[in-house]
Amino acid sequence: MSVSDLSSFTPASGPTVRAVKDPFHGDLLEVSMGPQHPSTHGVFRMVVTLDGEIVVKLKPVFGYLHRNHEKIAENTSYLGSMPYTDRLDYLCSMSTNWAYALAVEKLSGQAVPDRAQYLRVILAELTRLVNHSCLVGFLFNDLGTSFTPLLYAFREREKILDLFESLSGSRMMCNFQRFGGCRVDPSPEWLAAASQLVNNFPRFLDEYEMMLTGNEIMLARTQGIGVLDAKKAVNAGLTGPVLRASGYNYDIRKVDGYGFYPRFDFRVPLGAHGDTYDRYMMRVLEMRESVKILQQAFRDLPAGPVMDPKAKIRGFRPKPGEAYGRIESPKGELGFYLISDGSPNPYRYRVRPPSLINLTLLEEMCLGHTIADSVVILGSIDIVLGEVDR
Amino acid sequence: MSDPQSTPAPLPGDRPGQTPAGQQAGTVQPFPAAGNISDAEREELRRHGILLTSLEELYNWGRTNSIWPLQFGLACCAIEMIAAATARFDIARFGAEIFRPSPRQADLMIVSGTVTKKMAPQVVRLWNQMPEPKYCIAMGACAISGGPFKQGYNVLKGIDRFIPVDIYIPGCPPRPEALLNGLMELQKQIRAETLSGPAQGRHLRPEMPSEFPVPEYGAHDLQPPKNPEVWKPTAPLSRPTKA
Repeated sequence: MSVSDLSSFTPASGPTVRAVKDPFHGDLLEVSMGPQHPSTHGVFRMVVTLDGEIVVKLKPVFGYLHRNHEKIAENTSYLGSMPYTDRLDYLCSMSTNWAYALAVEKLSGQAVPDRAQYLRVILAELTRLVNHSCLVGFLFNDLGTSFTPLLYAFREREKILDLFESLSGSRMMCNFQRFGGCRVDPSPEWLAAASQLVNNFPRFLDEYEMMLTGNEIMLARTQGIGVLDAKKAVNAGLTGPVLRASGYNYDIRKVDGYGFYPRFDFRVPLGAHGDTYDRYMMRVLEMRESVKILQQAFRDLPAGPVMDPKAKIRGFRPKPGEAYGRIESPKGELGFYLISDGSPNPYRYRVRPPSLINLTLLEEMCLGHTIADSVVILGSIDIVLGEVDR
Repeated sequence: MSDPQSTPAPLPGDRPGQTPAGQQAGTVQPFPAAGNISDAEREELRRHGILLTSLEELYNWGRTNSIWPLQFGLACCAIEMIAAATARFDIARFGAEIFRPSPRQADLMIVSGTVTKKMAPQVVRLWNQMPEPKYCIAMGACAISGGPFKQGYNVLKGIDRFIPVDIYIPGCPPRPEALLNGLMELQKQIRAETLSGPAQGRHLRPEMPSEFPVPEYGAHDLQPPKNPEVWKPTAPLSRPTKA
């Protein structure tokens, strides 16, 4: 093949790298990162304008995983949307289920038995352990420690997923919460196994932290990188560990006191600088608090039914009205807004995804840093594209 | 390698029982070299420290045990794909642990998750950028048919409308074991490919395309919505009419 044959090659539509000129910076380079990129955590795309290696402009492009979740839910019965909520944030299906069940229970005025409330706390906090340990693994992947911390994180994740599987029948897509309770009552053996796992979890955390927290490269790559001001974070509506890393105390478990969270004794860790390192430490400290909550829940779990006997499953038609149910999912405030017109389907179904709203300040955090740091900052925000694009 | 047109097309399984129809038993086959030796005889030789193989077997053996997948996750199934690469399931046992971020270095595309209409052009482009021989696994219900999101207006109803799929793994999401099983099935397929003859590998046949037209993200749907060269669905089962 000669060089002249190459003329038939046509470049992809929409250039991925092009030179742009800027009156302030001079010659710049515009690079399209994603949607296929190993460190964009899925099919996310960033159009980054670079001055040398420094990011001067960053434009996120969404929608590569827009699966019409809300539209499908408006054409499905209330319970029929429950499996779709699993796929919304596919790392934490148990807590997403809870947020949706909470919204529907608010809409229909459905009571939830005590045992189910405790179970929900147990499952949501186990999910938090899964999410945060995996997030730390992925964050270190972005930092360049190819795969090793992730192997440790997934080792713990598999243990928790085994529990989920034996309880609900599925590893990832649990589809476990119902309006008015939970689907299955766990056996005493399950509770004993879960309790043992939780009691052993701090040992894993110690091991993990021993390897990662004081690491010199980690400190150099994360401290002072991607600093986010608390005021800006509040104005943009950021929630979850990203907001708390900036030092603003806002945890819906404390603010709303939904479920039985007011019965538990736990603290909300707060950051001081709002940099990537603080966001990492938030996750580690939150896992330690989750372990405390879980130990209390296993201690106090009451006997009784897990499903309200008056709960209506077939022919479920809530009265016309609207409701907004929100929980502190591992990523932030996850809310479901529902409008009922008295039919079996919701008239309007809206998800308030924490990942998407936390992403809005990505450019703010990345400006002035190198392109390698923007990858780490994105990793520290903790996004799941199923939730961002829905 | 001799010209397949001039020689009686030999099947590579190289066992006497598998001689193709129309070929007399007992004729000396020019290729493969180990064609007339039975498994028992080969095993006997192996015990004496003589390893007998054919070029084709060696070629397939190498390809089978070093399938490098493209590091490319789409949705939920990608997490199970990562889980398959971690310590418990350890896809490295099958030689497929090296996930390449660049399509130029990858042999296998695992379409792991929902392909939306916005993402489909990029998936096809990645497939076009991969060098031959290349294989595709459709992992999960969404990649096969759209799955639970099939009714969505933005969801492609199966990636096999645009690129040829070798292995379909059902599940939502499939367990990591299912992915490993799919990989083993793919390895079986690769082992059965021959250098010449009717079972010749796709990448050796000049008439088989290796690149496919990239659809455009149009106003209402992908343009074209499917590639009829690739997507040939079987006729739906007819329901028995009421008497």
